[in-house]
Amino acid sequence: MSGVVIVGACQAGLQAAVSLRELGYQEPIALVGDEPHLPYQRPPLSKGFITGQTTSEQLSLRVGSFFDDHDIDLVTGERVTGIDRSTQRAVTASGRELAFDHLVLAVGAAPRTLGVRGTDVAGVHDLRGLDDAEAIAAGLKEAHDVVVLGGGFIGLELAATAAGLGRSVTIVEATAGLMGRAVSPAIAATFLAQHRARGVDVRLGTSVVEVVHDGTRATGVRLSDGEVVAADLVIVGIGASPRTELATGLGLDVATGVLVDGFARTSDCRVLAAGDCAQHREINGTSLCVTSVQNAIDQAVVAARTIVGDLESPYAATPWFWSDQYDLKLQMAGLPQAYDHRVVRGDPASGAFSILYVRDDRLVWAESVSKPGDHVLSRRLITQGSAVDVALAGDPSVPLRDAVLATTTA
Amino acid sequence: MPKIVFVSSDGSEETVAVDAGTSIMSAAQQHGIEGIVADCGGSCSCATCHVYVEQELADRFDPVGQFEDELLDTTACERLCNSRLSCQLVMGDHVDGVRVEIPESQM
Repeated sequence: MSGVVIVGACQAGLQAAVSLRELGYQEPIALVGDEPHLPYQRPPLSKGFITGQTTSEQLSLRVGSFFDDHDIDLVTGERVTGIDRSTQRAVTASGRELAFDHLVLAVGAAPRTLGVRGTDVAGVHDLRGLDDAEAIAAGLKEAHDVVVLGGGFIGLELAATAAGLGRSVTIVEATAGLMGRAVSPAIAATFLAQHRARGVDVRLGTSVVEVVHDGTRATGVRLSDGEVVAADLVIVGIGASPRTELATGLGLDVATGVLVDGFARTSDCRVLAAGDCAQHREINGTSLCVTSVQNAIDQAVVAARTIVGDLESPYAATPWFWSDQYDLKLQMAGLPQAYDHRVVRGDPASGAFSILYVRDDRLVWAESVSKPGDHVLSRRLITQGSAVDVALAGDPSVPLRDAVLATTTA
Repeated sequence: MPKIVFVSSDGSEETVAVDAGTSIMSAAQQHGIEGIVADCGGSCSCATCHVYVEQELADRFDPVGQFEDELLDTTACERLCNSRLSCQLVMGDHVDGVRVEIPESQM
């Protein structure tokens, strides 16, 4: 037996390795990452890591000795450049050869690049890894005027962090609302108002046509309406695309991401994929890339089970997401979808409320702002397929668990 | 380096030493302590890093915040007076040697 080679040593790759050992897998495991760091968590990179509240050591998902203790061959700073399915060997940039019985692609996503002039000067950053976050943190120390391109989760979190540090912040978002299709219009509007209330200049329906610079450093951005907004730090947060190069090279089925079934299998059952690089062939009746920590972990667990031959339970996790902006905690359970009833629980003006979406009497989707208890219970109710009393669910004086109808069948 | 004694639900103990400033959740995750799931990575969002803190030292940690209080009402195992989310428990010399019990279930 040659064991498992896991390409990508972040949340999904690490989880696959850990889960394999937990499941009693005894063959070799190589966990190969192209960054020089121990596997680390990314969510704080746009928040606490920038402010210095979280150190790089605290980001590590495991201490170095864990990998020896669990007989996981962690290879950092190495990029897998070639894979041969027929000989079942992966080769890295430095020429290291790794044999495998199963291959796990956990290579994540790459930030989308801004296709305009001027992005190659100093003071323009995107954010994917720890080194990017360090560069942004250093840039923020000196910067006065920050422009954030993109009003998605990462852009908004970085904008909130920069504003919290007293910087003048402008957000430029090409579409008409914040956070795209990930949230409802009501939630988008709530966060738009919150950013503006804190002095952030949010430009919707506006794009950037050029980064203006003095030859070496960014000095501003030119908007689609011709205006130039001054900036000594430009952060590009316009989304990410699944890394599919290796899968394409292997001749696997690829759409937006690497297509996988409910057991994390690609079109070659010896090659699995998990996390941001993967695309579910079918989830909630549609084919979708789910880019979240939850999906990275749950899909990696499924991949590990598949490798040890446990095909009992396909991926069935309830997707959930969170985004911390200022002191606001935005959490979503389930995916945006059609519903019969929309129930607002709590007073949105108070800054702490939930919006619950019910179809066929069952809770299918929930958005919570600074109501983490509602969020956790919503996740549970969605997973259980619980029927809820719409009137009770909308009464914040009644605990959400008491809105569950007794006749529930799972 | 302050130490944490993790007591699992079957009574077995594991001691880890960590840098001051590290949360108990983070220490558990980094050392692969079973039973602390920490789905959200420590952002006080998920209630899966529930622990019972040794009574004598419990008051030396920062008090329960509003989000934590709400989440403690949703834990899989019963909330007791010494229930905390370990992501909110920051280690330092003032709590050196603290014993935390890990509940049977987090989900």
